[in-house]
Amino acid sequence: MTTQGRYGKYGGQYVSETLMSALIELEDAYSRVYKDPQFTRNLTDLYTEYAGRETPLTFCPNASRELGCKIYLKREDLVHGGSHKLNNTLGQALLAKQMGKKRLIAETGAGQHGVATAIVGAALGIPVEVYMGEVDTRRQALNVFRMELMGAKVIPVKSGTRTLKDAINEALRDWVANVRNTYYLIGSVVGPHPYPLMVRDFQSVIGREAKAQVMKKEGRLPDAVVACVGGGSNAIGIFHPFLADDVELIGVEAGGEGIETGKHSATLCTGDTGVLHGTLSYLLQDEHGQVLPTHSISAGLDYPGVGPEHAMLRDKHRVTYTAVNDPEVLDAFRFLSKTEGIIPALESAHAVAYVMQNAERFDKDDIVIINLSGRGDKDVAEVAGMIEKC
Amino acid sequence: MGRIEKAFASAKKPAFIGFTVAGDPDKTTCIRIARALIAGGTDILELGVPFSDPVADGQTIQKADERALAAGTTPDTVFEIVTEIRKESDVPIVFLTYYNIVYRRGIERFYREAKDAGVDGILIADLPVEESEEVCEVAALCGIDPVFLITQTTSDERIKKIAEKARGFLYLVAVLGVTGVRDQVSDGAIDLLNRVRKHTGLPLALGFGISTPAHARTCTRAGAEGVIVGSAIVEIVEKNLGKPVSMERDLRTYVSQMKKDL
Ligand SMILES: Cc1ncc(COP(=O)(O)O)c(C=O)c1O
Repeated sequence: MTTQGRYGKYGGQYVSETLMSALIELEDAYSRVYKDPQFTRNLTDLYTEYAGRETPLTFCPNASRELGCKIYLKREDLVHGGSHKLNNTLGQALLAKQMGKKRLIAETGAGQHGVATAIVGAALGIPVEVYMGEVDTRRQALNVFRMELMGAKVIPVKSGTRTLKDAINEALRDWVANVRNTYYLIGSVVGPHPYPLMVRDFQSVIGREAKAQVMKKEGRLPDAVVACVGGGSNAIGIFHPFLADDVELIGVEAGGEGIETGKHSATLCTGDTGVLHGTLSYLLQDEHGQVLPTHSISAGLDYPGVGPEHAMLRDKHRVTYTAVNDPEVLDAFRFLSKTEGIIPALESAHAVAYVMQNAERFDKDDIVIINLSGRGDKDVAEVAGMIEKC
Repeated sequence: MGRIEKAFASAKKPAFIGFTVAGDPDKTTCIRIARALIAGGTDILELGVPFSDPVADGQTIQKADERALAAGTTPDTVFEIVTEIRKESDVPIVFLTYYNIVYRRGIERFYREAKDAGVDGILIADLPVEESEEVCEVAALCGIDPVFLITQTTSDERIKKIAEKARGFLYLVAVLGVTGVRDQVSDGAIDLLNRVRKHTGLPLALGFGISTPAHARTCTRAGAEGVIVGSAIVEIVEKNLGKPVSMERDLRTYVSQMKKDL
């Protein structure tokens, strides 16, 4: 195994034998396009002309006043499709096309990655099939409709916990059976090598832009960068270009109903090392290695694993990982909507909630960048239901 | 010589390798299932150590894993099942599991406990040869055969690498896909058999999708030293849940029919 596929001891390729040839083929194809200026030009074109990059780094005067520090939002909610997910799907779909693959499959939890895959399938003319847990197809019915509208086929997954984890299982089973013509487009920095590397590379556009923007606006680096962590793609995307700098990096996981209740998805805060979906990382599991069911108010963070690079960054103490609970997330969802007129995705609201809870840690002149990974339109119906119940 | 090697070396006919999930539907019934499989003539018993996320498996075996886990099956239960079988039979026993189960318990501890219970070989479905160094070292120390999968997408170069590390036999995957009953044995499976044969003297067993005597014959006529049957057996278990007597009878009958003209 090349050291490339490892982040410290984490990462690797723990997959069934059938997929090894596909991973080797993918590694090879990716290492070629990675250095190909034409590929980079094509991708940059799609980012600007189609996705709407670069996204603004918005200064928030009202939230800054209320929280007592300089709050900037990296506006991935403004990317076409409504979240950062398109940065990755555009990159991988271009690669799939170059590899001559005739079919894209993807998993989705909240539906954002499914939507982003449906978008690129339509735009680049490749058929798309999306695996989605049956529970999530009900929680996120609007996204199912969106995907179908763009020509994707949504396959409800009825096995196991019927959520994201099982959608990935089903996508992997499909890939094993159709490996010769099918490209598996993973939606986060999880899975076997080279996925964590590739997805990080495609998402790093977030951090590169943010760094240049904050330098231009403030003439200096930020004091802290905060992002929510599900699989970890928006977080690693904004963190990566700051890793070598003197900038505090904070990853916020889903505390759900509270760490002590066991109903959460705070993998890095409470998990142990283990292997799921092809990678060695932290994992929510029982003492025998069975993967545990997870909970979060936001379907996009409802995953028992996390990207292997985050596992390494946690062990090295380079990034601080923490968690906020569902009620605080709802508060943050309302706070940002009211103060700035920006409705955050429930996933991204975790990052906002962290800053609200820890506002006293920052001084008036401290610069805090929050990665606003997605917009909250997909969540308003569900939140309205929850507020009624309260 | 280990039990697996002996079983292949002394057999006059190709081996029938029968699979069931350990702890499905519960510990006691599973032991009865194993006895029935052995009584029917199973040459090598393969036991699935259940995992919550069995990505190499189709619906039938997934559901069996779920039943076993719902019944509270842990690695301890699985080792106890092996110990029970060992009291009455010398049939080689091979585990089929997923890496997190082994990793979580500690590789050395898992292999040592498996050996003590009487396990002869272990196949980890999501551990390709590239990631298997530590496991193979521990397996060698404990005297357990590391068994590997080879599939239609495995290159000749990797077949060589795998054949070098593997002991006991090689598990050739007859389909592109996960476990589950299929209509027929594909030409691809036979091509694979011939391709692997060029690189190794290890016994070759074909599995995934095999369920009828005709399937088994196709494999053994083409030169396979063994056939592995999983989902078809688990389907018999599933159909007879709550009816252990007819379950045992059906399993015995099925295995002896499969064995008849191997
Ligand atoms: C808006 C948004 N943010 C974050 C995530 C979590 O994924 P990741 O941790 O890979 O960024 C999702 C996943 O669906 C999402 O839709």
